[in-house]
Amino acid sequence: MSFLSEQLDNGQFVVTAEIAPPKGTDLSEALAAVEKLTGIAAVNVTDNQGANMRLSSLALAARLQQQGTETVLQLTCRDRNRMALQSDLLGAASFGIENLLLLSGDHSKFGDHPDSRPVFDLDSVQLLDMAAGLMAGTDMAGKSLDGVPEFFPGAAVNPAAEPFELMFQKVAKKVDSGARFFQTQSVFDCETLERFMLAMQPLQVPVIAGVLLIRSSRMARFLNDNIPGVQVPETLVQRLASAEDPLAEGVEIAREAVAWARDHCQGVHLMTLGHEDKIPAILA
Amino acid sequence: MIISELKPYEELQQALADFDKLFIVGCAACATACKSGGEDEVFKFQEWLNEQGKDATGSVIIDEACHIARAARDLRHHKAAVQDADALVVLACGSGIQSISSNVDKHVVGGLNSMFLGNVRRFGQYEEMCSLCGDCILNETAGICPVTTCAKGLLNGPCGGMEDGHCEVDAEIECAWSLIYERLKSQQRQGVFARRVPPKNWSRRFQPGRYRLKDGER
Repeated sequence: MSFLSEQLDNGQFVVTAEIAPPKGTDLSEALAAVEKLTGIAAVNVTDNQGANMRLSSLALAARLQQQGTETVLQLTCRDRNRMALQSDLLGAASFGIENLLLLSGDHSKFGDHPDSRPVFDLDSVQLLDMAAGLMAGTDMAGKSLDGVPEFFPGAAVNPAAEPFELMFQKVAKKVDSGARFFQTQSVFDCETLERFMLAMQPLQVPVIAGVLLIRSSRMARFLNDNIPGVQVPETLVQRLASAEDPLAEGVEIAREAVAWARDHCQGVHLMTLGHEDKIPAILA
Repeated sequence: MIISELKPYEELQQALADFDKLFIVGCAACATACKSGGEDEVFKFQEWLNEQGKDATGSVIIDEACHIARAARDLRHHKAAVQDADALVVLACGSGIQSISSNVDKHVVGGLNSMFLGNVRRFGQYEEMCSLCGDCILNETAGICPVTTCAKGLLNGPCGGMEDGHCEVDAEIECAWSLIYERLKSQQRQGVFARRVPPKNWSRRFQPGRYRLKDGER
């Protein structure tokens, strides 16, 4: 049983962080960043994040797991068909990786290989179903597995998505397909989070709210223009723009979001993008 | 119909570099309708060839260039002009190009890129709505195909990139799942939202596709 699932089961407020594998084979920076993390239940390892080609999330997660850091392996449907996804999940289990964040994935158009053929053989709901099948001892072809993986599968959600009802029917499907926790896209206002958590109540699945450290107004604008599902409200962009120390203001904005999460959610997922040293300040 | 467009002239110049005399083939079906390989375009292409210092030995617009036997018959009617040419250049979809290349021994140059099976929104404006997947889900999705019109072909609802009912790939385009949802709601039915849709059976998308009517159906 993973530490993350234990903490959530015990009703503890969990903190997760995330790390991106390098573009290349030099893991030193990623490993050093993880070393600096304290008070974290598990570290998400992103999978070709934003459709930019990097070292495999499975390879870095395996390395971290072997040196005693608990990970949440992110796996998207963009780059692999159902056979590769199953292989990778079995491979992950063989390294002791249990926590999964199963995603559709950003479209290849957004990344550094826009000419590649996006796969999407499965969607995130089907991927969750498949993971549940593997845990029950059978692959998608109905064949028995020799050695059955143990996973703690999670899913993603954008609580701010509109139409809300349409977004939420997929959340319900993900729960039906075995999602045991949710990590959300970055949240920027409390009302959105409250509305979402109210809808989540009957489903009884823990929600870890996404909190993004925004360094500057320029970064906020970049996110708004380039990252699907992220819309930093203009009021926050202005706060960052007029701040004397934008990074400190970003930390303050993140602190506010963490406070909402403490009130309404079961944990917080910190996306600090290289500023992992700010995590204690964000959580303080 | 099959939507196609003329290849860039630079690419055509390279593809035709070794040939001086060309026989031009157009198509009276899709390529005529989407103005890539009808009479006007064949005429324009001939003028362009002349500007390049090349000659056209003749031309033909085949009724449906994808019809292999018809293409053979029409080429036979132009036997002398075809024989006189160094190569044939075909302004038809990839299907049409291959009807021609399977009927002649000569070098065949395709002049068009084939893009998609398109619906006509209005004249000159085409939209892909079906990707011929062999496993149709339209009856559950209020007649809107997510396999084609969702950029990721998702089957269980929108992705996390949907913003105000629009697609992450192109903010001008409405999210296919949002459209499906609205239409099902207006028809007061649950449709595809009533179940978790299992992974698609891609073995039904035969490649290369082959189909034969049974004896009684022909």
